[in-house]
Amino acid sequence: MAELATVTLLINREEHSLELDTRTSLLDLLREHLGLTGAKKGCDHGQCGACTVLIDGRRANACLALAVAHDGAEIVTIEGLAQNGSLHPLQAAFVEHDAFQCGYCTPGQICSAIGMLGEFDAGWPSHVSHDITAPNLDAQEIRERMSGNICRCGAYPNIVAAIEEVSR
Amino acid sequence: MRRVSEHRRRHRGGVALKPFRYERAYDERAAIATLAATPGAKFLGGGTNLVDLMRLGVETPDLLVDVRRLASDRIDETDAGGLRIGAGVRNSDLAADARVRTRYPALAEALLAGASGQLRNLATTGGNLLQRTRCAYFQDVTTPCNKRDPGTGCPARDGEHRNLAIIGHSEHCVATHPSDMAVALVAFEAIVRVVGLGGGREIPLVDFHRLPGDTPQRDTVLERDELIVAVDVPALTVAVNSTYRKVRERASFAFALVSVAAALDVVDGEIRDVRIAFGGLAHKPWRAHVAEAALRGSAADTDAFRRAADAELAQAEPLRDNGYKVELARNTLVRTLQELAE
Repeated sequence: MAELATVTLLINREEHSLELDTRTSLLDLLREHLGLTGAKKGCDHGQCGACTVLIDGRRANACLALAVAHDGAEIVTIEGLAQNGSLHPLQAAFVEHDAFQCGYCTPGQICSAIGMLGEFDAGWPSHVSHDITAPNLDAQEIRERMSGNICRCGAYPNIVAAIEEVSR
Repeated sequence: MRRVSEHRRRHRGGVALKPFRYERAYDERAAIATLAATPGAKFLGGGTNLVDLMRLGVETPDLLVDVRRLASDRIDETDAGGLRIGAGVRNSDLAADARVRTRYPALAEALLAGASGQLRNLATTGGNLLQRTRCAYFQDVTTPCNKRDPGTGCPARDGEHRNLAIIGHSEHCVATHPSDMAVALVAFEAIVRVVGLGGGREIPLVDFHRLPGDTPQRDTVLERDELIVAVDVPALTVAVNSTYRKVRERASFAFALVSVAAALDVVDGEIRDVRIAFGGLAHKPWRAHVAEAALRGSAADTDAFRRAADAELAQAEPLRDNGYKVELARNTLVRTLQELAE
């Protein structure tokens, strides 16, 4: 017997209240219940990053987040980034730099990059920061900080270039 | 390709998660009482390991007691000059904390060497300590595993064990503990603060994780109804000059083959104080007491580092295919100490 719970989330600035099976991941809520199919189900194990969304402003794997555990959270997905018909600067940079081939990982890459740039602006270090008290965002840093997002087409050089442009 | 983590086999036929009840805990005592009274209940933190294991069919709880909003997300100074890290502090926040970065750099570095940015944003301090082994047999419910299903045997011992333990394993289990954070915390002599039905207790982290022996199903000494509330890191002067070095199969987002957390205080070429712990070698983060004893008071040079590493690793009992870890651990420790002595 499925166990049900009511979950209320603010998704892309719109409130949604749903009765859900407790087993529902945030990713399945977005894709199967709300038709927001931008976030992708790649591995469903937190390893590929295709499902990356922003939860309360932080990038996270929606596949490992139980929707019920994030009741009350504010979620931003790729569908919520463009404002008044204009692409988010990272979306525009991905187009400009041809930072994808098949595009499957792209929504996760872009949401992850937004979260990552916020982390850098907050002064967070990374595994490759030469000085963990004063990190500096170069291509190597971008690669390390984006390592939770896999691109099977291997579009990494252009992904890094797109993010680098927006970070300047 | 199964050993390449992202190529791990999909669950056959799309096994659905078993239904479970969900309760959000706002009260410590109530959460503990619920867990004690419900045999199939588990605490839920960030969920990055537990939800994954549920999806694999390794964990099948009837009830999840969500303690994430109950657990402290604060990092406070202790009266003794150390830090008290709330169990709910996320890995990313702990790594970014200015006090951790300057006073305990190996802890920040260990956290940053683990998982991905997305996972560190979800994962908690308490949950990190309780994550389960990534041994492929443990994660594959179609194979026997004494840790997952006691008494069924350990296929890793004579099977795929290239990444598994070389120290402290038993005939029943050769798994390693996967945490990076815990390796640095063991080196810094952290204390785990837990509460249970009978009240609170403090457990030195070095004694918190167990060796497998004949009960590999128990990763830690934590009782079923006990909840981690905080981790205390003591004031430790030597920790200021510390680092974490992790060796893995790719540059990022992979578990350690071998890792070293080390802190070194050298005065006039002589080692005044030292702390060392290894990851990837055993069923628990391995505090290198033998190497530390060999180094205290000795010269801070490569010969001394090599002798100390050899002395610690003399107790290694590698399996058929993981003998390389002995040399790798030795060289990783020597290089780490050289860097700290520079």
